[in-house]
Amino acid sequence: MGKSVSSNNNQPFVQHDVIAPSRPPSNLVGPVGWVREHLFGGVFNTSATILIVLFLAWVLPPFLDFVLFDAVWTGVDREACIFNEAHPIVGACWAFIKDRFSFFNYGTYPIPERWRVDLFFVLLAISIIWLLKLSLPRRDLGAIYSFIILPVISYFLLIGSPALGLPIVTTNLWGGLLVTVVVSAVGIVVSLPLGILLALGRRSTMPAAQVFCIAFIEFVRGVPLITVLFMASVMLPLFVPREFEPDKLLRALVGVALFASAYMAEVVRAGLQALPKGQYEGAMALGLSYGQMMRLIILPQALKVTIPNIVSNYIGLFKDTTLVVIVGLFDFLRTIETARIDPIWAAPTVSPTGYVYAAIFYFIFCFAMSSYARTIEQRLSKADKR
Amino acid sequence: MVDPRLSDAPGSQPAKVSPWRDPRWRSYAFQAVLMGVIGFLVYEAFSNASENLKRQKIASGFGFWDTNSGFPISFSIQHYSEATSTYGDAFWVGMVNTLLVAAIGIVLATFLGFIVGVARLSKNVLVAFVARWYVEILRNLPLLLQLLFWYNAVLKALPGVKDSIRLPMNSFLNTRGLTTPRPIPEDGLGWVGLTLLLGLVLTIAVRIWARRRQESTGQLAPVGWISFALLVIIPSLAFVVAGKPLGFDVPQAGRFNIVGGLVFQPEFLALLFGLVLYTAAYIAEVVRAGIMAVSHGQTEAAYALGLQPNITSKLIVIPQAMRVIIPPLTSQYLNLTKNSSLAVFVGYPDLANVFTGTVLNQTGQAIEVVGITMLVYLSISLSTSFVMNWYNRRVALIER
Repeated sequence: MGKSVSSNNNQPFVQHDVIAPSRPPSNLVGPVGWVREHLFGGVFNTSATILIVLFLAWVLPPFLDFVLFDAVWTGVDREACIFNEAHPIVGACWAFIKDRFSFFNYGTYPIPERWRVDLFFVLLAISIIWLLKLSLPRRDLGAIYSFIILPVISYFLLIGSPALGLPIVTTNLWGGLLVTVVVSAVGIVVSLPLGILLALGRRSTMPAAQVFCIAFIEFVRGVPLITVLFMASVMLPLFVPREFEPDKLLRALVGVALFASAYMAEVVRAGLQALPKGQYEGAMALGLSYGQMMRLIILPQALKVTIPNIVSNYIGLFKDTTLVVIVGLFDFLRTIETARIDPIWAAPTVSPTGYVYAAIFYFIFCFAMSSYARTIEQRLSKADKR
Repeated sequence: MVDPRLSDAPGSQPAKVSPWRDPRWRSYAFQAVLMGVIGFLVYEAFSNASENLKRQKIASGFGFWDTNSGFPISFSIQHYSEATSTYGDAFWVGMVNTLLVAAIGIVLATFLGFIVGVARLSKNVLVAFVARWYVEILRNLPLLLQLLFWYNAVLKALPGVKDSIRLPMNSFLNTRGLTTPRPIPEDGLGWVGLTLLLGLVLTIAVRIWARRRQESTGQLAPVGWISFALLVIIPSLAFVVAGKPLGFDVPQAGRFNIVGGLVFQPEFLALLFGLVLYTAAYIAEVVRAGIMAVSHGQTEAAYALGLQPNITSKLIVIPQAMRVIIPPLTSQYLNLTKNSSLAVFVGYPDLANVFTGTVLNQTGQAIEVVGITMLVYLSISLSTSFVMNWYNRRVALIER
């Protein structure tokens, strides 16, 4: 730097200039320093790094060999994937997935009617993109489309309506991805409004509503989903008159929706509690009615801060849909379980292949949801940081 | 004209409001309607249920409890035989099995979860990377898929008995499960246990005394060494003095079978593995959030006071982080307990499997069986949350 410290100091033993700081040792800065600090700082860190590298070297190559390099891509039955002289090492049997792909998607939905399922998937995809992509126009119309129009269309599309020329397809033929998507979509659409109602009831000043909501929420959250599904499957038919006996899918839908609502209620309650009391008092001072206060002031703010939690609740719900096999539904995972023990495809690597496929499927959906939640969280925290 | 409500003199009667606009009356009316609707639904459900049960000729009641069950259970700690035991016994077997897998699972998941949670915050990028992807992958896959994978693709694919994998300490891993030496208590082990118990009580007493003394005089006591002596050295001495009263039934590999030892069945192992790995991913996130919740200023202040890093984390960071960690940690423990009901899918005889599975199928007593099962899980959950509320009140920061 060389800047003079003091101009009128002429003592010979006084340092006149600031000595430029010397550079840090070269092994503490730059890539070398980074590696030293982040990989080999101390005995413990170094051994951890070496162990992890060894572990990855031990696990990754066989995994890649199995999934990609030794995998079988074509074939029509187990012959393609069994060990023999022609190929002594057989990796993942993707031919099996290819062969059973439509079974995983539609279950036993009649083949000539499968276009209806495809159309349903397309309509659903439109609704999801319309709602989630914040830059798209008229997202209020998107909400009406998703929550009112789409359910009605889907009902007639999937079940059928002879008046419209669509043959009836009973729900015991549904299966695979279709069931997983229907159960999670119904759970997602029903649990939010029901959860909001329960949360408002729990915080209300009316003792009857409060007691009922607390009892319901704590009861459902205290028991495993399996027992709720058992209840929906064996007790629900007892509780309704004989002529209204619900089919299996409806029973599972009721169980999943009630279960998800109780969890959603607690998430929404946390959001409501996070709001300062002044918001309520301000709304009341303006003379808004309870409904107006909730709709215009409280809920928009409370739901906004809980969006990440709501989404992680949805992820849990999506994963939990795998449990509907307990009431005899053929969801996505169950179709894989069924196909993997089918003698036509009995080969040693078929089971792991099925599980890897299921894992990829669930991971993509859940990871996409949690990434979306993270993006929203960052957006919201940006808004709070003004 | 002036609104009469605005011109009210102080102390005069409030203006009359029609009951329809009075919030009090409206709330009464709403609650009456709500209770009416709930009452109607409950009444309908009961009358339909009794009619349906009558038609299906199912007698309700708990008479089945003392009837002979007549089905085997593949895994039980206590005595159970299909010839003599009742449905009530089957219930207790299921309950003990649920508690067993939950207890072991909670201990292991806590260990793994804390390690992964701390590893996620590690400065070592490789460690943090592996921990992060462990959490991401395990949390984003359904537990059922993981259980089926462990059971069908890993444990069922192990070699047969003849080619068992040999593990250290005379253990064998094969398609029938994990065989380890079975500890056999001999005479005198009770005394060693008593010493250990006494040591535990004394340790707690010493800790309380040491803290009181430190708070009043500021003097530190060597609590760590005293605890070590009371809990490890004295019981080990007692063990030696009593003549090492613990034998092992070591499994012997024969030509076609493994004789002796303690066998952990693949069903149990798969359930335990799945639950531990899945819950540990959630616990890791809880731990990470707890540590990050302690503001950096706390650590800096501790360094400024001259505390060393390990003392800082022991006395400053961990106590504050635990306050944040413990409530969600307990709910993870509850989740693990509730998730153990997925035993149904791998065939481990837990409460849900034995009771809502086999017993329900054999007796057809849907309402009673599902009701009892739910009651058990509910009482576990509610009692835990009561304890947690008490704890939270105790450790909550007293704010001005």
